[in-house]
This record gives sequence, structure tokens and C-alpha cells, in this order.
Amino acid sequence: MLYNQPNPLEVRILSRRFGMPNSHTIETYLATDGYKALEKALGMTQDEIINEVKASGLRGRGGAGFPTGMKWSFVPRQSPKPKYIMVNADESEPGTCKDRLLIEYDPHQMIEGIIIAAQAVGAQQGYIYIRGEYRYLIDIVDRAVDEAYARGYLGDNILGRGVKFHLATHSGAGAYECGEESALLESFEGKRGVPRIRPPFPAVAGVYQSPTILNNVETFCAVPPIILQGGAYFAGLGTPKNGGTRLFCLSGHINKPGVYELPMGFNLMRMINEVGGGMRNGKKLKAVVPGGSSCPLLKAEECDLAMDYDTLAAAKSMLGSGGVVILDEDTCMVKFALRIMRFYAHESCGWCIPCREGTAWMKKLLTRFHEGMGQESDIVLIGDLSRNMLGGRTFCPLGDAAALPTQSIVEKWREEFEAHLDGKPCPYDQSSRLVTA
Amino acid sequence: MTFSPELEARFEKFLAKYPADRKRSAMIPMLIYAQDEVGSMTDELINEVAKRVGVTPLQVNEVLTYYSMLHRKPMGKYHVQICTNISCLLVGGEELWNRASHKLGIGHKEVTADGRISLEEVECIGACSWAPAIQVNYDFYHDVTMAQLEKLIDGLTAGKHPEEIAELVKVNG
Repeated sequence: MLYNQPNPLEVRILSRRFGMPNSHTIETYLATDGYKALEKALGMTQDEIINEVKASGLRGRGGAGFPTGMKWSFVPRQSPKPKYIMVNADESEPGTCKDRLLIEYDPHQMIEGIIIAAQAVGAQQGYIYIRGEYRYLIDIVDRAVDEAYARGYLGDNILGRGVKFHLATHSGAGAYECGEESALLESFEGKRGVPRIRPPFPAVAGVYQSPTILNNVETFCAVPPIILQGGAYFAGLGTPKNGGTRLFCLSGHINKPGVYELPMGFNLMRMINEVGGGMRNGKKLKAVVPGGSSCPLLKAEECDLAMDYDTLAAAKSMLGSGGVVILDEDTCMVKFALRIMRFYAHESCGWCIPCREGTAWMKKLLTRFHEGMGQESDIVLIGDLSRNMLGGRTFCPLGDAAALPTQSIVEKWREEFEAHLDGKPCPYDQSSRLVTA
Repeated sequence: MTFSPELEARFEKFLAKYPADRKRSAMIPMLIYAQDEVGSMTDELINEVAKRVGVTPLQVNEVLTYYSMLHRKPMGKYHVQICTNISCLLVGGEELWNRASHKLGIGHKEVTADGRISLEEVECIGACSWAPAIQVNYDFYHDVTMAQLEKLIDGLTAGKHPEEIAELVKVNG
């Protein structure tokens, strides 16, 4: 069963098996070119695999958008240490629900991508770190891994070619921060999920301080099509330096929310109107979160742009994780900012003071605003606190992720904060009036 | 401490996944699966897992307090988790949360007197495009309406299993 109907504008590369009967089984996978990319990769050199991925223009689908082929090339293949593959399936960026589908409908595509990555750097062991809430997906992947072992795609002698690679799932236990690569590695080792200082990056010192390829689920899923059809083909689907397609998760005030695979560079207004079916109840568009809750928001008039990493960066936002959240004219931006900050205050691991204290204080300030008791000076204070969390003052980007959307909301919708000053109730929500005795 | 044969078999598999000198990696998976069986992070469970992965009970306690799914007190037989993060917030997640909390008379991470139902206001559970979404234990429910939530709470309170409540069907198989 599909959770939402596909759209004719989609270009279904990674999601092409979604909706096929028993798409999660190895039989369906093999009947639809499954594991052919691996067979091809086994005949390629490590450099050839990495160069194909570089040529595809694939950039990390977890959020940061780092070029995948380059990341793989940083792994010191001559190192005497064992090499590892780590899959980040800790999907938890608010607004993002795509890795869940990639795993649920097509786990073998991900597994094949992982095995090819292992060949590219000579890794013999891989792990898939899946968030604890996705228990049913752990079961799906475990079954798929068993199938792959039974057919000789995993094991000590893959397809009789003398290549060894083992793969296993690993359950998380509830922590957004563990989606951050270095915190994920700490958590994987049975510790609190606090970030590590970098450098060294995971390519050099990842799993058990050994060289590691660490990528998001969707990034690995893109690898089999790239190897099979060529990097140039994948690159050609997107825009320059932004190769391929990606899964966009449309949510919020639109008529047809859903996960849709679209070419990189797809226009955001078209995404809202032609893919997402337009605004709900005929309301006007107010704002868009373009790539998960960590991204600065776009005002309605800024939304006529191409959804790729570079265009979004030029618009002072981020393409992020593919979570596109649509807000209509009735949304209170103060309340929205508060909900985002409540999330980051809850999820801050507490390791770095600017993030731990900054998120907690901003949550207090925004709560006060939302209750109509904000003061003019608080607007300035929110700006100060945001700046103090940004730009390398913390071990990981969670501080930035909390500050950036808040900063953008205060800058772009300052009048809404002013409307909440000095005891005025929220203009959007009469029920939120602070009851004073 | 003894566990069911199924859990013992699972633990054996977990410990075999990691290099022999890296058993500590199995700690968090062992804790979360053990919690499903035992009900909560009891001292006995902490000591047992510590022994099996070769760390001190203090080290296990230090780790478990970090993770939102691991808890020292038992939750209800049916742990109802309602997402109110941004995508759910925009389409009624908060209203669902308020209603459930009011109806059951319990708050965040609290359990009904009979131990059947507990509530948790959760952060994003990865169902944003099918919001508002909830989880009951590990099962997902998408596009939840107020009427469905009412039926769920009434049904669970009356002693029904979630699968016997026809108004609401889990999406994961």
C-alpha cells in the first residue's frame, strides 16, 4: 500500500519499485535489475566506482549536501585499519519521512548501494543505524539482509568473487542528535550521543576510530542506479553540481501532501501547486520550510526558485533533508518558532554550552512571546542568543539548526513578534491567552 | 536474570554483530529490546546488561538516561505517542494531544491508574506527509482524525486491543 498517490511529474529512479507487489522482497528486486549494479561494480576498480559516483554529482541526502564521491575518496584505503560502512537511518529531522519509504518499499536497493560503497573502499563490515521508533523497518531490513546472504550477495565470498562483506542492523533508542554523524558513531559504540570534535572526520576516524563511509539512506539508494546507468545519466537528471533526483517530503497546508521523487532543481512553486495540489482550503501561502526544521524559512514571495543546494544557499537557506513544509496565511509564526525551539531545546544533548543554554533560553523567550508577554528587548535578545549559537561555536550543527530558522522568522516576520508585545494575545489563536490570576 | 528464549537468542545475535572487543556496541539495542519484555529499566536489568557487555551498571545508567525511548518507570501496556512537531502541528497534532491528555487525565509520560495506557508528546516520528500521526507502541497510524483518536482512547480504556478498534488501522503491515 502506498501512503500517497504518485504524481505524473515525478521522475522515479530511486522510488521506481514503490507500489510494486512485494517490492521489499529479493524476488521482486532481482526481477527489476536488482544486484546488476553490484555485479558490474565487482568488475570495476575502486577508483572507477568512486569516479562514477563523482561524475553523478550526487550530494549527501541527509542534509549537508556534501559531494558523495569526494567523501568516499577521503577514506584512506591504504590504512591498515579495517574500513567500515555506516548507514544513517536515524531519520528524525522534522518534516522528513523519505528514508522510511526507501527502506520499507525497497530495502535491497539500499543494501546493494551499501555493498558497492564497501567495494569502493575495501570495507568488510557495514552497519545500518536505524532509529528505535522505526522498529518495523528493522524487521524489514533484517529479512532483506538474510535474503541477500542466502543469495550470496553478502558473506565471505560474494558471488564467488572472493570479496567479503558483512552487514547488520543496529537499533537506536530515541535521540534526534544521533542523526548527526559523530554523535551517531558515539551512540553506535554504546555511549551517550554527544558529538565528536572534527577533524578527524569519519572518513578517517569513524566506526571504532577506523576509516568509515557514513552516508544517509537515500544517498546509498542512489548508488545502484548511478553504477548501472552511469554517473552522467544521473547527473543529467538534475542541475549543474546538483545531480539526480531526490525525494521531497511535502507536508503542511497543501492538498496532496506526500513523498515525491523530483529532479533536483524542480521549482518550489510548481512543487506546491502542481505536485502538492495547491494550498488547502484556498488559503494563501505564507512561508515554506524548504528542507527540514533546521533551515531558514522562505517567505511566499521568495518561493519561485529551483530546489537545489546552490540555489537555496544563494537564497540564504538550505535544501537540507528534503522536508518541505508549507505554511498558510493563518499560521502564527511566533507559535511556529516556539515549536521549533521546543524541539531543539529537548534534543540538545547539552554537551556545548551555547546550544544547551541558548535553546533553553530561546524556548523561554518564545513561550513568553506566544503568551502575549513579550517585550521589545526580547526581539533583540533572541537575535543575540542566535548569533552566539552559530558558526562553529558548538561541536555539531544542532546549535546552528536551532538558531537559523529562528533568526529567519524573527527577521522576516518581525511584525508578528511586535503584535505579541505587552500583553496582547496571539492574533491567530485566541485560546492561547495567558490566564493571569 | 533470565529472559525469554527469544530474547536470549536475539541477544546472542546482537553480540555476534560487533567485533569481540566491542561488545559495548550491543548495549543500546539490548536495552531497548529488553525493555519491551521487562517493561522498564529495572536495576536488575541494568546490572545484567552491564555484565553481558562488560561495563559497569553506572555506565549503562549514564547511557540510558540520554535516550528518550528508555525509561526507568514502566509505561502503559499501550504507549500512545502523539507527534506535535511542525508538520503535525500545522494539521491538528496539538489538538489531538490536548484531547488525549484531557480525556485520560494524564500528561506527558504518565500512565493511567490501571496501567493500560500511557501518553507521550513525541518529536517528529517520520510521518510528516501523512500528518497528524501517532504511534501506539511501535505501530504507526497516519492522518489521524479527532474522531479516530476518541475511538482509540475509548477502545483501549474499555480493554480492547488496538487491532480490535476498526476506526483506526495501523499502516505498517
